[in-house]
Amino acid sequence: MKQLALAAAAVIVLAVISLFIGVSDVTPQSLLSPSPDDRAVQVLLISRIPRTLALVISGSAMAVTGMIMQILARNRFVEPSTAGTVEAASMGILVVTVLAPGASVFGKMLVASAFALAGTALFLRILQQIPLRSVLVVPLVGLMLGGVINAITTFFAYRLDLLQSLNAWMTGNFSGILRGRYELLWISFALMVVAYIAADRFTVAGMGQDFTTNLGMNYRRVMTLGLIIVSMVTAVVVVTVGMIPFLGLVVPNLVRLIFGDNLRRTVPWIALSGAGFVLACDIIGRVVRYPYEIPIGVVVGVIGSALFLYLLLRRNAYVA
Amino acid sequence: MSLESLAITNRVPQKTLSLSRPAKITLLLSLFVALTIFAFMTVDVKGNWDFVIPFRGTKIAAMALVGYAIAVSTVLFQTITNNRILTPSVMGFDAMYVLIQTALVFLLGTQRMMALSPQLRFVIEVVLMVSFAALLYRWLFGGPRRSLHLLVLCGLIFGVLFRSLASFMQRIIDPNEFAVLQDMLFASFNSFDRDLLVVSVVLVFAASAVAWRIRHTFDVLTLGRETAISLGVDYRRVVSIILAVIAILVSVSTALVGPVTFFGLLVANMAYQLTDTYKHRWNLPCAAALSLLFLIGGQMVVERVFSFNTSLSIIVEFLGGLMFIILLVRGVASR
Repeated sequence: MKQLALAAAAVIVLAVISLFIGVSDVTPQSLLSPSPDDRAVQVLLISRIPRTLALVISGSAMAVTGMIMQILARNRFVEPSTAGTVEAASMGILVVTVLAPGASVFGKMLVASAFALAGTALFLRILQQIPLRSVLVVPLVGLMLGGVINAITTFFAYRLDLLQSLNAWMTGNFSGILRGRYELLWISFALMVVAYIAADRFTVAGMGQDFTTNLGMNYRRVMTLGLIIVSMVTAVVVVTVGMIPFLGLVVPNLVRLIFGDNLRRTVPWIALSGAGFVLACDIIGRVVRYPYEIPIGVVVGVIGSALFLYLLLRRNAYVA
Repeated sequence: MSLESLAITNRVPQKTLSLSRPAKITLLLSLFVALTIFAFMTVDVKGNWDFVIPFRGTKIAAMALVGYAIAVSTVLFQTITNNRILTPSVMGFDAMYVLIQTALVFLLGTQRMMALSPQLRFVIEVVLMVSFAALLYRWLFGGPRRSLHLLVLCGLIFGVLFRSLASFMQRIIDPNEFAVLQDMLFASFNSFDRDLLVVSVVLVFAASAVAWRIRHTFDVLTLGRETAISLGVDYRRVVSIILAVIAILVSVSTALVGPVTFFGLLVANMAYQLTDTYKHRWNLPCAAALSLLFLIGGQMVVERVFSFNTSLSIIVEFLGGLMFIILLVRGVASR
């Protein structure tokens, strides 16, 4: 408990730092002085606080989602971006943009979720077809499936001149987050709470269909719940900020190395580390080339893939 | 094109030729390639031949060079890694080349880069590419034996890492410099870099000559590392040479048309299926012919049927990804 509080404190520190980084001059002094600077307060309320909240929510939600996927697919190297989920979601966004350009953001999100759900279900179907399933074939199939879905999406985006918007969904970027443009993310926060309440069920479902049924639980229902959570969280995050690669893979695995497999105990840790990781990466992206920004998708791509390689190639890795 | 080819297949008198099956297939494929090239040069020609011949001719030369480079590098890579789903681009080779290009601009600045002639720049990039690729892949494939799936996954992730690093640097450099870099990076089958064509031809010839001198080891290497060593192959030396050849070929194809992830996988596996042999004297030419056939034929389809409204690499990516999944599902990878 004490360690958890410490971690939470660290995340809060990062969040506060994130509040005060930016081109516009917002400092604690200008806010707390007897006659606060109007402009600074507005920037804080309209841009900085929404951005920081968005970072915390999407970071923790993506990390928890990755964990759920890993348990349900019974494989440690699965996450929305290695299972075709993200690509399917962005295909959904493309379809809405083309067929119903006037749709609300919420409508887009729903369609993207439906596509994400279908993509993930397809992925699990393909997995069942593979005779000799080694741990590493699973993410391979996922990455390839993502590539195929992406090729279809690119094909149509290219013909309809939407490639640029497509790239915007595919690279995570928090710089466009303002008040009124991030509230959708609260849905994923709610889903994360649901996931925490259902944590024990997922742990059991992770032991396999027979075992779950033996314990008197409805395996299909737990699986469906998990898939819905995964798809909706992914869709929400892709619609609002774009894709953040490997987050859901690296964070849960690192937490797991330290705290083991009990989901009830690890979910708070995963959520906190996910938020901290995303905050840190976003701060790096904002500071390196100040006053310009590097999208977080790129920063996470570098750090995340390096960490992933470490997980794969470290000595005594159980997969080698 | 497809109608013509069907007609030809029916006309070839199967019994009078007493060639082996792979030889027949290679011969047939080369015939198709010749026909496709002829079609590409002559279809829809309106107006001046003086313009058409050099214009389409350089295009064909570039495509032929790229097709050859991709096919040969993939088959050789699969020979030294001893399996049929690894390809240089799956292992992140072309992402590495893009990273090297970006890093050079990042470290030296465009001023100094532009002072060099494009040919010299290209040669420097290729040299760097060969040394880094040799280092990285010697480390991955040498040392303790790692599982195949681990290698593929690592390769893919290395690809992501290289691409992210490249785009990280691209975001940091000056927008003006970025515009220059983008010109260098943005290559496709329609807008390849004509300056590099001659250097590329020289490089590909040199690499092929080196490979030709050790051609007799290819079939032996297919038997696996231990067997090859006990049959008297200087394993480390030969594999290093082949890796260097592959690095050069991949640099050439990436510099000319940009990364094409799955194309090599597609043609190499089709060649194995068609020839049904392990002998490189048939597999290599057959894969190269298929590669040329698809590139030139595909480009024609893109130009005529889709009237440039799609890109060949998108189609290749789609088919290749599907093929990869099928290979995995059918368990080829676990061999």
